[in-house]
Amino acid sequence: MTLASPSDFEPQGLQPQGWLKYLSFSLDHKVIGLQYLVTGFVFYLIGGALAGVIRTELASPISDFVSRETYNEVLTLHGTVMIFLWIVPVVNGAFGNYLIPFYVGARDMAFPRLNAVAFWLIPPAGILLISSYFIAGGAAQSGWTAYPPLSLTTPALGQVIWILSVLLLGGSSIFGGINFIATIWKLRRPGLKMMQLPMYCWAMLGTSILVVLSTPVLAGTLILLSFDIIAHTGFFNPALGGNVVVYQHLFWFYSHPAVYIMVLPAFGLVSEILPIHARKPLFGYTTMVYSILGIVVLGLIVWAHHMFTSGTPPWMRLFFTIATSFIAVPTGIKFFNWLATLWGGKLALNSAMLFSCAFIVNFVFGGITGVALAQVPFDIHVHDTYFVVGHFHYIVYGGTVFIIFASVYHWYPKFTGRMLNEDLGRLHFLLTFIGFNLCFAPQHWLGLNGMPRRVAEYDPAFTTLNQVSSIGALLMAISTLPFLINVVWSAFRGEVAGDNPWNALTPEWLTTSPPPVENWPGEAPLVTHPYGYGIPEGQLDLKVTTGRELWTGGRR
Amino acid sequence: MAIPPTLITLLVGMVLVLTGLWVGQNVQLLPLDASANAPVYDSLFQVLFSIGTILFLGIAGLLVFSLVRFRRRRGDRSDGVAIEGNLPMEIVWTAIPAIVVLFVGIYSYDIYERMGGMTPLNDHGAMHGMAMASDSSAAADGGTQQARVWAGIGQAGSAGALPVELTAMQFAFIFHYPEGDITSGELHIPANRPVELRMKANDVIHAFWVPQFRLKQDVIPGQQTVLTFTATKPGSYPIVCAELCGPYHGGMRSTVVVHESDAFDAWLTKNTPAPATVASAPLHPTA
Amino acid sequence: MTSLAPGSGPTDLQAESAPPSLPETVLDEAQRGETHADGHAAHPDLRLFGLATFLVADGMTFAGFFAAYLTFRAVNPLPEGSSYELELLLPTINTVLLVLSSVTFHRAGSNLRDGNGSGCRSWLLGTGVLGAAFLAGQMVEYFNLPFGLTDNLFASTFYALTGFHGLHVTLGVICILIVWAQARPGGRINQQDHFGLEAAELYWHFVDGIWVVLYGILYLL
Repeated sequence: MTLASPSDFEPQGLQPQGWLKYLSFSLDHKVIGLQYLVTGFVFYLIGGALAGVIRTELASPISDFVSRETYNEVLTLHGTVMIFLWIVPVVNGAFGNYLIPFYVGARDMAFPRLNAVAFWLIPPAGILLISSYFIAGGAAQSGWTAYPPLSLTTPALGQVIWILSVLLLGGSSIFGGINFIATIWKLRRPGLKMMQLPMYCWAMLGTSILVVLSTPVLAGTLILLSFDIIAHTGFFNPALGGNVVVYQHLFWFYSHPAVYIMVLPAFGLVSEILPIHARKPLFGYTTMVYSILGIVVLGLIVWAHHMFTSGTPPWMRLFFTIATSFIAVPTGIKFFNWLATLWGGKLALNSAMLFSCAFIVNFVFGGITGVALAQVPFDIHVHDTYFVVGHFHYIVYGGTVFIIFASVYHWYPKFTGRMLNEDLGRLHFLLTFIGFNLCFAPQHWLGLNGMPRRVAEYDPAFTTLNQVSSIGALLMAISTLPFLINVVWSAFRGEVAGDNPWNALTPEWLTTSPPPVENWPGEAPLVTHPYGYGIPEGQLDLKVTTGRELWTGGRR
Repeated sequence: MAIPPTLITLLVGMVLVLTGLWVGQNVQLLPLDASANAPVYDSLFQVLFSIGTILFLGIAGLLVFSLVRFRRRRGDRSDGVAIEGNLPMEIVWTAIPAIVVLFVGIYSYDIYERMGGMTPLNDHGAMHGMAMASDSSAAADGGTQQARVWAGIGQAGSAGALPVELTAMQFAFIFHYPEGDITSGELHIPANRPVELRMKANDVIHAFWVPQFRLKQDVIPGQQTVLTFTATKPGSYPIVCAELCGPYHGGMRSTVVVHESDAFDAWLTKNTPAPATVASAPLHPTA
Repeated sequence: MTSLAPGSGPTDLQAESAPPSLPETVLDEAQRGETHADGHAAHPDLRLFGLATFLVADGMTFAGFFAAYLTFRAVNPLPEGSSYELELLLPTINTVLLVLSSVTFHRAGSNLRDGNGSGCRSWLLGTGVLGAAFLAGQMVEYFNLPFGLTDNLFASTFYALTGFHGLHVTLGVICILIVWAQARPGGRINQQDHFGLEAAELYWHFVDGIWVVLYGILYLL
């Protein structure tokens, strides 16, 4: 680690210029952010193809499309790729790296070199993981949870590669987390107070605290698991006196907070997008901050709700039920505050706004099924069924992925200086929203009525709804096309955006599009009211177009 | 004639609550309830379903209304009203969810207690955990009753329960009846008599799930688990393995056949083996 | 900005008046100088902060191991003939050595800050020797234990915990040697610039602290 001196990220003789810099070990946080974004999207396409295999297999009740072993490899890879290579890197790494230095008024992250290292751990880890599919014995077959003893009995090489890859990605995530904490906490522009930061900073601070506290536990656990596989120790091997439930506790101590690592940044991003397109201040800034902190604290003490059927003592089930239910309170605050942000605004119904609002709908649905799942008796019936599959896709896809798309529509003008095409964007939104709900809503019913998750074959009574779900998945796959066309076409032919097409107040818009290497040509602006939109009640707004609106102050 | 906004809000709220209650009562999403605790479970489901419907429709409705009502008209470049917060309102929408989840939590705890989830599992004798891990394979016959019970759902007052031993393995459930020494690939049980299922797994984690009973329990190798339940409706229901256990996980299914009391006795007599004959019950995992 | 209200917008928007479109990478010298003045010149040294955060993460790895060990111990009985009892003499000596080494490292640091370079190097060397002695003691203990890595759950956990900690000590000793080399007259570390030493010291205290907890849980409990 070295101190960030400007010469570190100024163009050097040997540093590639132009588009080549995106393939280099660049120290510029904006380059790294876009590297994360594009890499993540490539892995999203791979993970999506894997999901396509799953949905094709499940279009018929018998195992006929791929072999059963391959099916288990595919579902393991799908989960691992989507979580560790798409959502976590993009929603943290991509937008975090791009936006956080702007928001704190800095020229770069606190540790630019560590930042580049964190990114460059990801491609090798991802290639390693996917290449394990092609080796003898194939990739890991025990699901992304890798529960022993199953993970000890499936082909060892694939499982060890899986562990190695997740360790690398975990390391990347920890380095990123350290960087974000240092940047947000310590690198703020003089005069900028914590309670003046845009909400995404708070979300990333909370997320990074979770990353730093929980990811190492997963790393340690996976090291023990690899000992069990390679050295034949018995930590998690009941035949050797080990205890598999301990693995589950340690695994979920990371993997439940991982859900918040995936959704908290999305909460932050949506808090940035909504006020700008609603032309209103973010409602209840202070409660939003405290609710993030509440989610962080509660998120660390709810993990065992994933284990209600695996032999946890009754007192533990009671405690984790109550703790999990209470996470709904800070989460609920955020949703009500967003609704209040929209209320009385001037909502621009563009793609960014539509994706954000669909996120609210999807996440509320997923949150409600989540509170239900927190209830032990309810969970006992639907645990490990398609109900759970439906629930968490509503959280991570309907929640986070929708926000990733919203964010791309929102910040694309900043990244490239050009606007994305709105018609293609709305088409993308429509296809994604319909496809997503068609795919995952029926899965709740399937789970309630007896379809377990992670199966290649099922009761023929469930055929119709599974086919509906597969059609939904196909729509989701198709929905990617307008997006890809849009992103590529607009980069060259899109309408020129100007520096601040949304009339936004947050600091990343107060510079050129795309921004210069050190973010602002001059001094970093001091933005103490990042959400200072709107006209005070009772005041006239001279920009309105009609006389009537002038006199009613736009409130009608 | 202008209707006061408060009245409209009140009316909308009432309609919403009534819709939620109606949906909870009348939309049937669950399979047949065939065990004593299934109706208890279903009543919890109804409550959750009603609350969920009210919340979801309320929030989605509010959102759609806002999107339509407050959409930016063509040419309008003005801002909305600068409202940065409203503390009393925020306190209200912190308190209401808190009360709702507290109520739901306590209610589901009560349900869980009625299902027997809080019954202490090891009050029937000293904890003989010591030999458990080392010779779990040797403990397959007889010795298991003394071993420590790690987990499970019991039911208070399950005296006279029919004991059945379940062995889960890749990729089948094997049932053994100590009374009569029957081994079967299907579970046959009498209606309205408690069944005590003593479960163990041979290789990896499996899960015993009967959707119609609303019961699921992981079967974890090295950990003796007991599940006590009472079937109420005669019929055949699927037994599903709900924990990924290997390539044939999806095919690891069986059937539970609930007989009337005398039909069960007949089945028991018919299948009690003459010494050294194999049980006649089918052993197909996908039966 | 659409609002007319005073004070409802950002209070300070100098950048608004900046030229609209600068070439992406070219900033002229004058501007660059200005950037230095209010940008990176004020960049605080956050490396120790970053290291401390990393050590929190590292500590969580140990916390996970400790939690696993305590749970194993509480619920998983050992097979006949093995027990959780360990020989105490050698590990106790080791504990004393390691705690002592924290003190010597602290002396090394204060010597350097007082401008006594050679004193600092002596204390560093002492610390390194104590760390190496700890590792040697650990090795002796390993070779004299009645159990191997895969004998039982306790044995595996014991080796995993002490081994993972031993790895940290080894790394620490290497760091001490590097710092010792760099603290030579004319080296990178001197009275003014001693980040390397402070980082190594923080890390070393952390490793010591972990050992004390480990000793308490593994040997005394």
